[in-house]
Order: sequence, then C-alpha cells, then structure tokens
Amino acid sequence: MAFRWKNALTHADVTPEPIWLNRRAVLAGMAGAGALGGSVAAQDSLEPNTWEEITTYNNFYEFGTGKSDPSDNAGDMVTDGWEITIDGMVDNPGTFSLADLVADMTMEERLYRFRCVEAWSMVIPWNGFELADLLNKAGVQSSATHVAFETAVLPDVMPGVQRRVIEFPYVEGLRLDEAMHPLTIMATGIYDRPLANQNGAPIRLVVPWKYGFKSIKSIVRITLTDEQPATTWNKINAREYGFYSNVNPEVDHPRWSQASERMIGGGLFAQRQDTLMFNGYPEVASLYDGMDLSAEF
Amino acid sequence: MIDALNATLRKVPAWVLYILLFLPIPYLFYSAATGGMGVEPINALEREVGELALKLIILGLAITPLRKYLKLNLLKFRRAIGVMAFVYVAVHLGIWVVLDMSLRFEQMSTDIWKRPYITIGMVAFVLMIPLAVTSNNLSLRKMGGAAWRKLHKLVYPIAVLGGVHYIMVQKVWETEPMLYLAVILALLATRINWASMARTAPGI
Repeated sequence: MAFRWKNALTHADVTPEPIWLNRRAVLAGMAGAGALGGSVAAQDSLEPNTWEEITTYNNFYEFGTGKSDPSDNAGDMVTDGWEITIDGMVDNPGTFSLADLVADMTMEERLYRFRCVEAWSMVIPWNGFELADLLNKAGVQSSATHVAFETAVLPDVMPGVQRRVIEFPYVEGLRLDEAMHPLTIMATGIYDRPLANQNGAPIRLVVPWKYGFKSIKSIVRITLTDEQPATTWNKINAREYGFYSNVNPEVDHPRWSQASERMIGGGLFAQRQDTLMFNGYPEVASLYDGMDLSAEF
Repeated sequence: MIDALNATLRKVPAWVLYILLFLPIPYLFYSAATGGMGVEPINALEREVGELALKLIILGLAITPLRKYLKLNLLKFRRAIGVMAFVYVAVHLGIWVVLDMSLRFEQMSTDIWKRPYITIGMVAFVLMIPLAVTSNNLSLRKMGGAAWRKLHKLVYPIAVLGGVHYIMVQKVWETEPMLYLAVILALLATRINWASMARTAPGI
C-alpha cells in the first residue's frame, strides 16, 4: 500500500485501564445521580470498553449461542503452537506457526469502533498488524480477487460445534482490495494482553467498517481465490446477511434496524446513538464506488 | 394426594398469587441495574421478562388439562395468572420502548411494521388488552358467561403468536423456544374434541 492508515484515535487515547476504571466509577456515580446523563456522556467520548465488557459479551457460536457462553466455555481451547495455513493463489503457500508469522509483522495498537449486526457496539483497543503485510509476504498472485478465512473446528472443546448450532467451520471472506486496505488488521491482542479465547485467540480478523461477524475469529486458514467465497451467515440466511455487510445505517436489515446502536457499558439506562456510515470510517467509501450498497449489502 | 393438594390450595387466597408473581419484576430490574445480568443488561432483562410472560401464558393454558387429566384444581388462580401474564408482556414491551429503543418512536414504528417478529409480538400484546380489561367479575356478569368465554379463547392465538415470536427473535433455530411452542401446541391439542371431530368428518 502507498500509505499507512493513521489512527485518528492515537495511543494516547487509550487510557491506562486503572485510570479508566476510576473514570467509569465516576461516570456510574453521575448516572446514578443524574438519571440518564452519565451514560450519554460515556458514549459521546470514544473511550474503550473495559476488558471485562470486551471479554464477557461475545458472539462465538463454536462455544454456544448465548452472549456469556463464549466466556464460560472457551477456556479449554489450547492456542499454544497454533498454525495457520495460507494457500490458494499465493507464491508462498504453506502451513506456518503463528509465532513465526507474527515475528515478521509490524505490531500496532488500533483503537477501533466495533459494531455488531445486532445493533450493539464497543470500542476496542486492538493489538495487531495489517493484513496487507501478511498477504504481501505470502505473495498474492495477480489472478486472486478474494480472500477466504476459516475458523478452527475443535469439537472436543467447542460445545457449540458438538451441538451443530450452525454449519462449521465458520467461514468468512473479503474482496482483495478490502483485505489489503490499511484499516484491515489481524489482531492478536487487546489492551496489550493476548486475545482471550472468547475474543478469537490467538489470531483473528478485524474489519472495523463491517458488521462484527465479518471479523472472523481463531483463524486456521487463509485462502486466496478468484471467486467470492462463501460466508457463514450468508449461507444461513442470504436475505439477512450479505457478503459485504458494511455498516450502513441507511440499509435496513430485515431483523434489526441499523439506524442506531447501543454502546455496551452504559448499563440499564444506556441511550442509543446514531449509527455512522461505514461505522465512522468514511475512508473506505471509495472501495465501493459505483456499487449500489442497498443491493449489494 | 391430589385431593389433599386441592384442599390445601382452596385455603390459599388468589391475591397471594398476584404478589408472588409480581415480585420477580422488581428483583429482575434490581439485578439488571446492579450488574447481575452482565454488561448488556437491557437485552438480558427484556428477554428474561418476555420469557416469564410466556411461561405464565403456558401455566394459564395448563390449568384446564391439569383439572381434566390430573383432577388438580387451580381454576381460582387462573385469573391471577392471566392478568400477571399481561403485566409481564406490558413490562416486556415497556422495556423495549423505553430502555431498548430509547424512545426512538420513528424507528419503533418502522420496526413494528417491517420486522415480522416484532409485528407478531405487538399483535399478541394488542389481543391481550381486551382479555386484561375484562378479567373481573363485573365484566363477566355484563358480558354473560358464553360471550366472555368466547372472548377469552383469544388466549389460544395469543399463546401461539407468543411462541412464534420467541422462536423468531433467535438468529438460529434454538431448542428452547421450540420446546415452548411445542408445549403450547400440545396444551391446545388437549382442548380438541377428537370424538366429535371424528363424528362430523365426512365419509366416516
């Protein structure tokens, strides 16, 4: 890429957690005293969610469909010695140890909004590297147009896989230009700690302008291909979940209005806030020039 | 044993049930406000109250078959159960309007028409209003028993709509909501008079 994405939210915006927790306590006090006031303030300023919030409210159907199932059930997944297969239309295919792959990457902190299709959101201080760097290292062949991703299937430690709540492995995909965009990262940590299993340890995709389910977790395979890859939620219900799934307040979803969202962490009286086009990342708009985003949602 | 149980239950006044069935509501709100329902308490509370509403509707539907097949007589509690089911549905709706949707009326009105599971839930709520309003002796006397009973058969479609609403709220086919609907359909099936259906069936 010709440029590296500059984070409008800098490292300085990531308040050290103890101080941040204190601030939250003050806000909670305000919320109690002034009814709704405190929680509104908590949303307007982009403060990262707490580690607890980020690690106890998750969708990771391999570990169950409830929001607390992943944190309750993901503990037995062993991520030591994790390997990722990179194959398809690349010059250097193979199966690599995660440790070796990460060693060559430029690790950065990225404070991103995270918007779930269920109309809730968080702000998360990811640690990771640009996917483009990894793809360049693998050597993407000129025939490739898309990237497909696959999550681990470990029935012994994944109760949701045993129950077959959806078809596994979970698969996702991006168009190559989306994958190469400097906003797109592979995350290995949050708050400078390794990812918790329920957050997709040891490595996951983060595409901040798309609904959260695109940001596939616990990746074991990355495949370069010349066709649009199948994606899990699109297979389950194509009417509700498109391949692109860009955050778009104007494109109605049959199940949830996407016009507004609720930030996690505001408690019982958290107010909804308006959802931003591309989740507040307008720099990706040019990727979709000439496309009808209500038809290709 | 059933006789002893019936004798004991006869001594329990119905108002006790109103109080007992109401108590979970303040408890659940307290729990949601103090972190007992996790970091996103609004959705958790909304679902919990909705699930309890459906449980009460099922309990209300179970009273006739319990009497018919087990000779257990809970008839005097049925009004309390029905009225409290309405209260839970109303609280469930109130949580959606005030806490979940933050009073965004424009978005809500769109949702009610465009999202089938919300449409179905709203229809069920609206159908419950005449039942709640007429759940008193004065209405029963004014309407007459036959008309009153006919009106209150609305609880059958209400229960089915509630069960379907619960299934549709889920993103995937979950077991538990399907069990709820199965129980509702089974309870409704106990009301079908198979013998008379067989008699009136053509060609038999």
